[in-house]
Formats: sequence, C-alpha cells, structure tokens
Amino acid sequence: MRELVVIGNGMAGVACVEQILKFQHDFRITIFGDETHVNYNRILLSSVLAGEKSAEEIVINDIDWYVANGITPRLGVRVTRIDREARIVNGSDGSSTPYDKLIIATGSSAFVPPMEGTDKENVHVFRTLDDTRALLEKSRPATRAVVIGGGLLGLEAARGLQVQGCQVTVVHLGDRLMDRQLDPAGGLYLKRKMRNLGVKVLLEKQTTHVTGNGHVRGLRFLDGEEVEADLVVIAAGIRPNAQIGRDAGLAVNRGIIVNDHMATSDPHIYAVGECTEHRGEVFGLVAPLYEQGKALAAAITENPGIGFQGFLPAAKLKIMGVDVFSAGRIDDSDPEVEVVCYEDRALGIYKKLLVRDNRLIGVILVGDAGDDHKYAAWLRNNEDLSAHRKHLLFPPSTHDAGLDAAQMADSETVCGCNGVTKGTIIDAIHTYGLSTLAQLKDRTRASGGCGSCAGMCTQLLKAVAPGFAEEKQKVLCACVPFAQEKLKDIIKSQKLKAVQDVLDIYGNGKGCEICKPALSYLIDVVNCGEHDEDRSARFINDRVHANIQRDGTFSVVPRMRGGITTPAELRRIADVAERYNVPMVKVTGSQRLDLLGVKKEDLPKVWADLGMPSGQAYAKGVRMVKTCVGTQFCRFGTQDSISAGVELERRYENLFTPHKYKMGVVGCPRNCAEATVKDLGLVGQDGSWQVVVGGAAGKGVRKADLLITVETTEEAYEASDLFFQYYRENANYLERTYDFVERLGVEKIRRDTVYASPEIKRGLIERLRKSKDRSYDAWTERESPRAFQFVQIQIGSKEAVLA
Amino acid sequence: MSWTRVTESENIPPREGRTVRFGDLSIALFNTGERFLAVENRCPHKGGPLADGIVGGTTVTCPLHNWKVCLESGSISKPCQEGIPSITTYPVMVADGVVFLKIV
Repeated sequence: MRELVVIGNGMAGVACVEQILKFQHDFRITIFGDETHVNYNRILLSSVLAGEKSAEEIVINDIDWYVANGITPRLGVRVTRIDREARIVNGSDGSSTPYDKLIIATGSSAFVPPMEGTDKENVHVFRTLDDTRALLEKSRPATRAVVIGGGLLGLEAARGLQVQGCQVTVVHLGDRLMDRQLDPAGGLYLKRKMRNLGVKVLLEKQTTHVTGNGHVRGLRFLDGEEVEADLVVIAAGIRPNAQIGRDAGLAVNRGIIVNDHMATSDPHIYAVGECTEHRGEVFGLVAPLYEQGKALAAAITENPGIGFQGFLPAAKLKIMGVDVFSAGRIDDSDPEVEVVCYEDRALGIYKKLLVRDNRLIGVILVGDAGDDHKYAAWLRNNEDLSAHRKHLLFPPSTHDAGLDAAQMADSETVCGCNGVTKGTIIDAIHTYGLSTLAQLKDRTRASGGCGSCAGMCTQLLKAVAPGFAEEKQKVLCACVPFAQEKLKDIIKSQKLKAVQDVLDIYGNGKGCEICKPALSYLIDVVNCGEHDEDRSARFINDRVHANIQRDGTFSVVPRMRGGITTPAELRRIADVAERYNVPMVKVTGSQRLDLLGVKKEDLPKVWADLGMPSGQAYAKGVRMVKTCVGTQFCRFGTQDSISAGVELERRYENLFTPHKYKMGVVGCPRNCAEATVKDLGLVGQDGSWQVVVGGAAGKGVRKADLLITVETTEEAYEASDLFFQYYRENANYLERTYDFVERLGVEKIRRDTVYASPEIKRGLIERLRKSKDRSYDAWTERESPRAFQFVQIQIGSKEAVLA
Repeated sequence: MSWTRVTESENIPPREGRTVRFGDLSIALFNTGERFLAVENRCPHKGGPLADGIVGGTTVTCPLHNWKVCLESGSISKPCQEGIPSITTYPVMVADGVVFLKIV
C-alpha cells in the first residue's frame, strides 16, 4: 500500500478523496484537518447563521464515513511543514507522517483589508464553523452589527445576523453590491431587495479604523464618516492558504500553481481547491472545486483524462427569497455585445443576458433565478442561440418542461451546494424507487443546500420516476407569487412577524385582499400568536370583531358555549337589543343568538352591555360547538355531550384557523346535534367516543371521516387537539376541513396525528398550548379601542373629536 | 372651499381607512403607508363602505364584493366592465402631522 496524505479536511480535499475512492487504488489515506470538526459544508455556514440549519445538518461526512473507508482522520492537527526530500509532513502535534503522494487542500482564509483596530473584541471574520458559532453567540436582538464587504459572503452574513435580531449595516468598498458579479442596474435591484429586508447598505466606503476601547464601538471611513457598531464582521474576500507550498519550495503565485491534472511543480504533490492557481485563476466557489477534485482523482490513480479545463465564473446568492445568479461576463461596453433585458420593478425582477455572435457570454438574474441552469448550460456549451433567439428570457409557448433536463449531460452538476450530478440523481431514482423531492433529498442530498435546484430536481423526477406525482403548488397570489407551503417556510426560517415585511421582501410591496388575510393567518400560526398583529392586513370583520352586512352594519353573536345560556344572559341580550334598536334578533343554526344590524360605532358599547365574550362568528376561526342534551337530561344519552361540548369550545375559542371551524358533540349515535357534518365531531357511544373529522353541511354535504374511537373523554379531547392543530398548520388558508381531509386522505391524517410518534404529538399539543396562551377575547378591545377603530370622524361644523 | 382639518395623521394607521362624516357626506380617508388619499365612501356596485376595505398600494378593495377602486383616480379597476363611472376623489393635505381635506 502507498501512503496518501491529504492536508485539509474541507470540502475540496474530502470531495477529492470521495472521487479517489471511486477508482481502483492502493492508497492508505490520512486526512489532516486543523479544525476539530468532521468535514462540513462550508457554503452552508450562512444557513447555520440564519438559523435555517443546525451545525449537524451541514455535516457532509460523519466519522463513520472515515471509518468505513479506512481513512485516518487527524482532526485538530495542523500540518506545519512539508519535507519534500524525506517525503514527510510534520504536524502541530509533533508527529511525522510519511507520504508517497500528497494532496494540499488547505483552502483559503478570510482576507482582512488593511485597517487599524481589527484586534478589538467583537471583530470577527466569517469563515469557519467556529466563527459562525461565535457570531451566533454574540448576535442578540438590537445588537448593531456591521458587515464589511458587500459580496456573496458579506450579504449572506448580513442576512443571517439580521435573522438573529441584529440591526445590520453592510459597508462596501465598491459602487454597488456584488460588483464583481452584477452590473449597475442589477446592483441597484439587489440593494433595493436588501433594504426591503431591513439591511442598511453603505456603498463606496473604505474602512480605515475600527474604533473603540478594547471593545469595538464603530467604524471610521476614509471620508471621515463613522458608523456605530457592537459587532463587526469582516467578509471582504478570501486569500489562498498557499504558504505551506511556498515554504516547501513549490511554484506558488497567488495560489499553489497546478497543471490541468492538479499536479504541482513536485510530481509527488498535488493540490486542489481554493489554495490553487490554475492558468492564472484562483477559485472561491464550490463548483469548480468538484471538477478539480475529479481531475485530481483521475490523475493520481493513473486514469488521467483531459484534466481540469478551467471553469466559468458563476455565483449564486443564498438568501431565501433574494434570488441572485450571475455567470460569465458582466461588461457590456463592447459594441459587439448585444444586451437582452427584462425588468419588473414592482416585483424586483431583473434579468439580463449578454450575447455575442449568437452565443451567450454573460447572464445576470436578480429576483428570479429559476432558469439559472439553462443559462449556465448555454454558457458552458457555448450553445448556438439561433433557435432560441426569440425567447431567450421566456420559454416558447409550447414549452416542453422536460427539455432542460433532457438537454443536460449526466455529468452535469444539478445541486451545486452538494455537488450532485444529473447522473447520480437518475441512478438514485432507479435504484431506490424514489418518487418525491423529499425522498430524493434524503437519498442524494440534492436540493438540500440552498434549495435553488429544487425545480430541476423535480423535472428529473417527473421525467424519470414512474411513481412521480406532481406536488400541487398553487401560488397564493400575484402579489407574492409563492405557494403557501413555501411562504410558511419563509416566514418560519426568516422569522418574519409582519405581513408588510413579507410583501416588501418577497412580493410587490402592496398586497391585496387575497394575500393579506392569508399572510396574517400564516404569520399567526407559524409564530403561535407571538407577533404584533397587523390589523390593516385583515378583513374588516377581524378589525372590528363583527360580521359586516350588506348595508355596512354588523352582526353581533356572543359566545354561548355548547349552546347553553342562562336567564340572566337572555335578559341582557334582550335589553341590548332594545337599547340599541337592533332590527333583528335571530336564533342561528349554531345554537346561539345573532343581533343583526348593529352600527359600527355601537359595537364596543354593545359588547360591554352584553358582558359576554365574542362568539367569533365573523372570523376564520373557531366558531362553536353544537351539542345535544346528552346524559344530563336525555333518556337515550350515553355520554355527557354538554360538558364535553363546553370544554371543547373553551379549549379552542379565540384561536384562528385556515377557515371557519365548527364542532359538534352528540351523546349517542342518533346524532341530534349533527356532529357528523361538522369540521370536528364527537359521537358518544356506550363506553366510547368516535372522533370524526372533515364533515360538511354547506355548499356540499360530506359525512365526516372517523379519525379514531377512544374510550375516555380525555382521549377524545387529545385526538381533537391533535387534529385541530394539524389542520391549523397544514391546511391552506381558506381550505375547509372537508377539502383538507379529502386532499390528504384520512389515513395520512391519522398517521400524522393520532398514530404519530409521541414526540410529534407533543409538538402539536405544545404549539397549540402556546397559541392558546396568547389568544384573548377580541371583545375586550372595547376597553382600549384603537384610534377611530369604531367611530366616524365628524368634521365641518364641529371640530373632529378623538375617540 | 378651503381645507378642513380632519384629524392627526397618527390616528389613521398605515394601510387603513377611516370614515369621515361631513354633514350627509361620507368620505373614506386612507393612509396608504406613503401618503393620504380620500374618495367618497360608497362603492359604485352596492354601496359598500370603502373605508372598511383592505388597502394594497393605492387600491382599496370593497369589503362587500371585492370591487377594486383606485384611490388616486377614483376609477374602478375590477371587475373590468366598461362604463362604470369613477367615484369622486378629494384632495388631501398633511401639514404638521394634521390631515386636511378639501371638500368642493
């Protein structure tokens, strides 16, 4: 066996080793890494900082992988010297390790521009998992964080810190963000997006001093201006870690010089990744490193092909909802270059292609980078665009959705984050019988990074997987064109708590009557009510807690749990009806009383005089529980339906749901309170309850499905809790339970609720409790109405009077 | 007619509307988040109270049947039926944090 030593346990080094393992070889492999962690996905550190992923989730190869492949990991050991004569490397632990072949994969370090005071406390770079952990530790709500550098890494760091609650400013030397990848217009679009996110952007600022006494206090710029800062992150670029090669006497320029087979000037030593320089280029992105790794693996195992042929610069920003992709050239000053451009200011979309001699030479996509694979392929293959010329930026009307996938070579990378090729994906689909994106992600890691290749992965599944069923993804509305499922992810991961923020960042900034109430609901359910409700985004009913009628008056329905009332309540209702000249009092189908035709300005007084809680008869929320008399009086009753109904109503009242939520409890199968056509019903039997869900007696009539039969009332409540919260979290806004249950199928709902693992059940119940604890009776707002919430402003003869 | 004082601008939260009564006239006054705009408080469809509608940009949606009214021009943008006359708009001015209306 020959000894192969790899210096560097990063993405490039380990990806290269993975390639070597695919060949027949006779190496015993040792990998040195100066970080103490196993190999992780460095480009996802920004996702860790943003709280989207945990440190564990970005591990690429856990320790089992090293063991299984007979690789000796030497973690936490830095290689200090290469003795080329003796073919030995010396480690920082005093060890000497002989090698027959050596691979240098030392990567790069954060570049810290010359400035004074970088040794102060709370000045960080953003390069390693430890850096990330330190930043997470120090970023607290209201921390003023300044990021030096408006490139890919700087912007991702900025967003991550902001999600942690910091007030973030990005300071950039250039005249636009990502100036190496974007033209001025693209830079402007990106700046607008970042500002909408709430990140402040300062351009053309050269930092000269980090100010403060021990602790950082702020930054001073060349023009004399200053900003205050509690935390400074330097993300101003990277420098190849080439010193070890230089010390060993290898040919080194900016990086360690390698040929197409990744060999250095010493035939026993190879180099790969960010520490190298190939044909005068150094690389700082992951995709070329994989290509280098393949070339090196082929060469070192004596299977050399054509080797590494360089790589087109391509960059993709990984900030959820802020799509930026750039590849190839950005300079369009050459008169030979033709520009094809598309802009949508309201949605913040900017697309620009540079074409010369009918070939794509550069592409910039901001706001919508869905087609990046197509353009990357055109660039790479130097494709003749004559046939596409009329629809470069849009698909032709009879677009074959599978065409892009079909045109891709098997060796082409689909998932840049995890280096998964089309061939690997197709193999996995066949080998493991995959049919969904989630399965594909589990198996291959494809789309598990930034997620931007999910579209291409889905296309491949569609083209190849026999069992593929398209996941229905209906976009919420044109103002914020994402599916509700995606919006929920965005709200959760980006910790959004205001409707307008979602619209500003991910939509057209305006919103409409369709998306605003939906977003209000999603924010409420994701945050379990822990947010400041934006009343302006809600329908008038939810702003004044009453149901608007055709003449602009309102209906008032007090809560009467289980349909049970008292003589005193009835007297108060009668008094209120007379006192406010209520035109109609009606018994509703929900076993309660409706006062119709109340003027908006009378609402707070009516509520006060009623002295009863809101029945939420106006809301997409919990309405009521209809009950029969049950064992308390009925001679046929087998269960105490009234007590159960009152308790059920108490459990959920004041909570919002995707659509209205009506319940029924009956004490025997005669079903007098029609529990089997309610969103949730409890049907009492002798010694047990049937819990039924998804019933309807509205536009359509649907008999509810049996969720489970349980013996005790407590168990019936638990099953109700689980279904209720599951519906709240998984239904689309305005989807009634009868559509929801039909769509998912009651078997799946059972699996995910009553038959789920104790952990999942606990999660549902805890989130329900959390929401319930924060909910309150809306009619208590009578005590502290917002300005003119209920009254009209009178002007003219009399001066306007405040409410 | 001259400018009439209505109320402090902070009394109308961003992206909400309020009803302003001037004798028999009912006016819907809006804070779009960027500026204040006013139209007659009556949807041309079935007379719905526009002040109670949801505001998106400079459009309000009537709470009764979702007709959309442009707050700048008073024109009806949805449904796209020809020949629906625009509704009246009123000039609004904000000075020193106070909203004024000009009711001609």
